[in-house]
Amino acid sequence: MKSQMNWVHAWLLLTPALLLLFAFTHYPAVVTFVDSFFSTPRGQRPAKFVGLDNYEQLLNDDVFWQVLWNNFLYAIGTVPPSIALAIVMALWVNSKIVGRPLVRMAYFAPTVLPLIAVANIWLFFYTPGFGLIDQIRGLFGLPHQNLIGETDTVLWAMMAVAVWKEAGFFMIFYLAALQAIPPDLREAADIEGTDAWTYFRRITFPLLMPTTLFVMVNATINAFRLIDHIFVMTNGGPDNASSLLLFYIYETAFKYWDTAYGATLTVVLLVLLSVLAIGQFFFFDRKVHYR
Amino acid sequence: MRASAAGLSFDRVLNGAAAWILAILWMLPLLYAIWTAFHPAAYEARFDLFAPVTLENFGKAWNAAPFARYFLNTFMQVTSILVAQFILCTLAAFAFARYEFPAKNLLFALVLLQLLVMPDILIVENYKTMRALGLVDTILAIGLPYMASGFGIFLLRQTFMTIPRELDEAARIEGAGPLTVLWKVYVPLAKPVYLAYGLVSVSHHWNNFLWPLIITNSVETRPVTVGLSVFAAIDSGIEWSVINAATLMTSGPLLIAFLLFQRQFVQSFMRAGIK
Repeated sequence: MKSQMNWVHAWLLLTPALLLLFAFTHYPAVVTFVDSFFSTPRGQRPAKFVGLDNYEQLLNDDVFWQVLWNNFLYAIGTVPPSIALAIVMALWVNSKIVGRPLVRMAYFAPTVLPLIAVANIWLFFYTPGFGLIDQIRGLFGLPHQNLIGETDTVLWAMMAVAVWKEAGFFMIFYLAALQAIPPDLREAADIEGTDAWTYFRRITFPLLMPTTLFVMVNATINAFRLIDHIFVMTNGGPDNASSLLLFYIYETAFKYWDTAYGATLTVVLLVLLSVLAIGQFFFFDRKVHYR
Repeated sequence: MRASAAGLSFDRVLNGAAAWILAILWMLPLLYAIWTAFHPAAYEARFDLFAPVTLENFGKAWNAAPFARYFLNTFMQVTSILVAQFILCTLAAFAFARYEFPAKNLLFALVLLQLLVMPDILIVENYKTMRALGLVDTILAIGLPYMASGFGIFLLRQTFMTIPRELDEAARIEGAGPLTVLWKVYVPLAKPVYLAYGLVSVSHHWNNFLWPLIITNSVETRPVTVGLSVFAAIDSGIEWSVINAATLMTSGPLLIAFLLFQRQFVQSFMRAGIK
């Protein structure tokens, strides 16, 4: 009797949260999958079952492949540099340097800004002619350059923005991890006369491994999720050179109103994220102990 | 204490210098934007220490677009999400932390799934749902997908589980019901976690852009991020100094809050991340 009462209580406590969770996470995820097998309803024509047509379109869609490749490069170009920078920043902020609070603030400040504001700031920074980058180039007599107007530089310019925005955020996790390393290790190493680099390579870095994996998974998800700056800076251009998967989904569904194809593209994104989750499960969960 | 004090201090100077160089480089884009925002447009590409300082750009930006309304919208959106998250996540976390019931593990796994499959990605279907509910272009629609937060439930569950059961039982013996126990014992003990989660949630939703861009299409609902992008996208040759002023204005409240509560911010993000 008592335990049945308990069930009822538990379910009552859970219902409001679970209802919303199902309505806006699980239900849309399932419907996305279903919709990818139907055509886009237009005017009087309702959606009809088209089998794998959308997926065939996907395979033949050059823009899709380009966007996927861009996103792959974008992940490679943002995740390792932000992690490396985050570790270096955390080591510095954790050591006894002069003006430590100011340095920490400088590293962390971009994290607080909206990505859309960051994009405006960097757009100005990159402006050919009078943006700071061109002004500095001017001092050395170099010609003006439109970093975000050229197909071969635009993606790099976007990566720089993302790294700037994110490294300080990841620094926080490393800072927490560094502070959890027992100080005896440092003392023991000092007695042995271990140099700083060996200490980092043999002690600090391995102990930071769980943090690194955690940050890596989050950074990779962000490489697919955070696309706000694309809207302000390039709109995916020139010639789709800076378009990423989620941006392409937005364009397909809300500019061309092809929602069925948008759903198909979303399925690809969900599959990519699931692969990541499975990777995380095998790599990460074994190394980190949850309470 | 240390074998080679001289060598180490040289090391320290070098490290300190490098840390500072990176810090200055890191602040450069922001400082440049601040510099142009506080100087007349004529100086936006010309550095002159004695350039007159002005607030004119902020005035121009404020008058050129309904920023007051945008701020109000963002404020309403952020607070409604935060209040709903606190209530919903507290109740659900309490159930997961202290009750045994059928399908508990399955349901918890489904909650955790949201850490991966975020509403940010499910824009196509969530838009359809909002249209079916007649909620397109409302502030409620901006927040609804985020109110039951998998992250919040997980974070609070972890916290509640560390609270000794004895406290809980003592209160129950005195005749307190489950909700009273939750409110009188669990919530007060989890205060720092609420603060941490609150800061993370507010800054996240203040900064959110893609979903509000899709779901809103009028001045009455648009948050500042979308308002800023609309303002900056008008190709009518608005001066950079004015755009930069608007940009700083929209990030201002968070930036100032961050400067004032730097320690709490950093600790909150740390706490929210580790648990």
